[in-house]
This record gives sequence, structure tokens and C-alpha cells, in this order.
Amino acid sequence: MSEKFPEELRYTDDHEWASVSENIATIGITHHAQDALGEVVFVDLPESGKELSKGDTFGAVESIKAVSDLYSPISGKVIEINSVLSDEPGNVNADPYGDAWMVKIEVSDTAELEELMDVAAYKNLVDSL
Amino acid sequence: MKKIPLKKTPLYDAHVRLNGKIVDFGGWNLPVQYSGITDEHNAARNAAGIFDVSHMGELEVEGPQAEEFLNYLVTNNVAKLVNGRALYAAMCRENGKIVDDLIIYRLKERSYLIVVNAANIEKDFAWAESIARNYDVSLRNASDQYGQIAIQGPKALKILQKLCTDSLEDIGVFFAKRLSVAGIEALVARTGYTGEDGFEIYCQSKDAMQIWDSAIDEGAPHGLKPCGLGARDTLRLEAALMLYGNDIDESTHPLEAGLGWVVKWKKGDFSGRDFLVEAKENGLKRTLRGLKVDGKMIPRIGYEVLDSSEIVCGKVTSGTLSPTLGYPIALAYLPAEIQDGEKVLVKIRNKTIAAEIVPTPFYRRKK
Repeated sequence: MSEKFPEELRYTDDHEWASVSENIATIGITHHAQDALGEVVFVDLPESGKELSKGDTFGAVESIKAVSDLYSPISGKVIEINSVLSDEPGNVNADPYGDAWMVKIEVSDTAELEELMDVAAYKNLVDSL
Repeated sequence: MKKIPLKKTPLYDAHVRLNGKIVDFGGWNLPVQYSGITDEHNAARNAAGIFDVSHMGELEVEGPQAEEFLNYLVTNNVAKLVNGRALYAAMCRENGKIVDDLIIYRLKERSYLIVVNAANIEKDFAWAESIARNYDVSLRNASDQYGQIAIQGPKALKILQKLCTDSLEDIGVFFAKRLSVAGIEALVARTGYTGEDGFEIYCQSKDAMQIWDSAIDEGAPHGLKPCGLGARDTLRLEAALMLYGNDIDESTHPLEAGLGWVVKWKKGDFSGRDFLVEAKENGLKRTLRGLKVDGKMIPRIGYEVLDSSEIVCGKVTSGTLSPTLGYPIALAYLPAEIQDGEKVLVKIRNKTIAAEIVPTPFYRRKK
């Protein structure tokens, strides 16, 4: 199991993470999110090219227990989706910060990145739950 | 808001010890899973699973008119029971709507045990008490005194037999026998909620842990695994066994739920009879049906079902991604004229997904 709170990522209070390089953000769900869901059986992702505003629902993660919407941490255009997840949804449990990245977004407003939580703030949020 | 402390079953410490993921299940602290829902589900289908069902309610009925009382209280024919025999039944209000579904065991002459759903214990007891006034019976809510453990799966018999000197093979399906399990006096019933062969063991609360631990010690080498509420739900849904609160409740009646087989018309009067006779004569407007759903998205409770012209024709009452079959399945109340094999649509969030009406159960074990 990968580490629970990678230092270099940014987080949302909906338990998504974002890894930003240049103007491309890679998005997934956190260790805490996958643990709360249990075994993930389906990941519903958008089409490449979809324009998202910050907070938009861009997909869903399903376990037997529950379904959880995915909310975009930032505004921008989806430039790539992780199509492996349609055959290997279990990657979300096995490697939430690695193999189970979900979408790559071309960020339209980098200022929005400042609004995301750093690891300390996110860890506080999870500890308070 | 005042917080009501969650109730613990006598096996709570075992769930913690086994790393169960404990959730609030209708006011009870119970494990939703241990090793994982699919893993536990497969253990029960291929080897055996052990379940803590101590939260279920137990009502004891005794007295000269116990049989007459129960025969009015429930839809099935209690007069058919011999000692050590059990039956499944619905308990209806006078208006035919389902108060609960339950199992009645005849322990001996004039003495019965009713096993009811955990969430309905108080309601059931109050309803049964209001009927019991008219009969010479005593009715007691003994739920707190009982522990209940289910061992289910093709290896359930072999595993449980190791804890018992009396032969379990002699206990037929829907029979029960009082015998010693791991040195503990218990009622062992060949019943269950998984679609597999198996047993439900009723004991005193204080003895539940010894039976649980002994069963795990003997069973683990044979593939027995502790199973949580998650696997309990996927197992029962594949077998199309009713979940009260989802598939049946006080807005449904037994005939439309497909429980006509436990409604006995010739036994005399029973609560709800007049309504059900009328419902039968008028013809059922809707019935609970099985759906085989395309894709991998899970049709969940409350999701709408649309007919071929995309008009809403019903709602999902239970749904899952069937671990055994590998596709999503669901139950839904649909217009009675819809035939098996017909295509409908299920609205899953913002998508409409094709589904086929299929006969239930979805899964039937090989004999």
C-alpha cells in the first residue's frame, strides 16, 4: 500500500488529490476515500475533451457499498483519462496515488490551485472525521 | 441532537479482533466487512462463511392458544408445524401491508420462537401484543438474551459437525434441533439467508463467543471466513431473498412481493386476509421482478426503471454488482404485465442503462 498522505500533492475536501506539473493536473481519489468506499468495482470517467469548471461532477467511483461522485478540483479541459480503470477498478484500492490516477486536466486558471489544501490541512481534515 | 449509543452484539469484541470495519447498522455496531465483500461472498459460495446475526430479534410465544394466535398473526400455516419444524412467513397489518417477514420455529407443543428483523423488534412486538390480547398466550421479547450465528456454504455442514456430537445431517431444511455446539446448549436450525446450505445457531448471549471462536478455529482450515453485512447483502440478493426496508415494507403486500407461496388461504382467518383476497381477485398491478443490468454500474435503491418508451414504470428496491455472476442485478416493482425477457431501462445517475427482466433467484446453488 502506498503512503496515505503524499507530501507533494494538493487535496480537496471531497477527498480528491491533484498533482500539478506545468499546467497539467493529474487527478485521483485519496487513500482515505478508497478505504471508506471499500472494494471499488466501477469507475465512471468523462470523455477526453470535456470542459470542466471547478467543482463540476466529472464521474463517479462505485463500490458495492456506495457510489461517490468525483468533483473536479480545478477548471480546465480533460486531455486524458485512465482507461485502464474500466478493466481494473481495483487499482483504486491498490494504488490510489499511482496506477489509479483518473484524469489529466489542462488547467485554465492556475490561480485556482492555490485554493486547494496542502497535505497538512488535508491530514487535519481526515483526522477530524 | 441527542446521540443514542450504538448497541453491541455479544460478538463485538470478535469483530474488532478480526479487523472488521464497524458501521452503524440501524443502531447496531456491526462489521460491514472484514477481508472484503467479494472475498467473503466467494468464501460463503465456495466454502463457508460465518455471520454474526445476534442483532436479529427473538420473540417467545407460549400458551394453550399459541398455535391459533400465530395462525392469525402470520400468513403461513402454523398448524402444519410439528416439533422442531420452522416456517417462513409474512406478518401483515389488517390492511395487508407487511409489518415484517419472519421465521417461526415450533420448539415443542404450545411453544414457539419467532425470529424477526432487528430494525422491527419493538414494532413487531407491539403489533403481536395487540393481537395476543385476544388469545390465551404469553408473548415475550427475549431479543437481548439471544446470540445468533449463521454458518453458510457448501462446507457449513462439515465444519459445524466438528463442533457437535449429534448428527447434523438428520436436520432437514427448515428443521431445527436443540443440541450441544462446542459444549454449549443451542438451537441449531438448517436455515439461512444466502442461498447456500447452512445453519443458524441460537444460543444464550453469553455463550455466543465460544461458539464463534470454536467455529472459526475448526472452519478456517476449510476456507471458512467471517462475513460482514456487505456480503450478507450480496449473497441474499443473488438468492432473491427479501430485505425488509428495501424490497418489502408497510407500503407493499406479500402477493406483489412474490411471497404468495407463504400466504395460505385455506387455513382460516388471518390479519390482512380480506385485503389480500381482494388484491388477488382484482389482479396484481405490480410485482417485484428481477433485472439483469448492462455494464458495471450498480442500480441502487430508489433508482428509476423506465419502460421501452422511456416512461418511469417502477423503482429499484435492491441492487448490486453480483460477485458470483459478474453483472449488476436488481429487484424492482414493475407493472405486472411486463414479461420475463422484456427490455427496460434503469436510470443510473445521468445515464439510462439497458436491463432485461429475468426470473429470480438470480443464483441457485447446485444440489
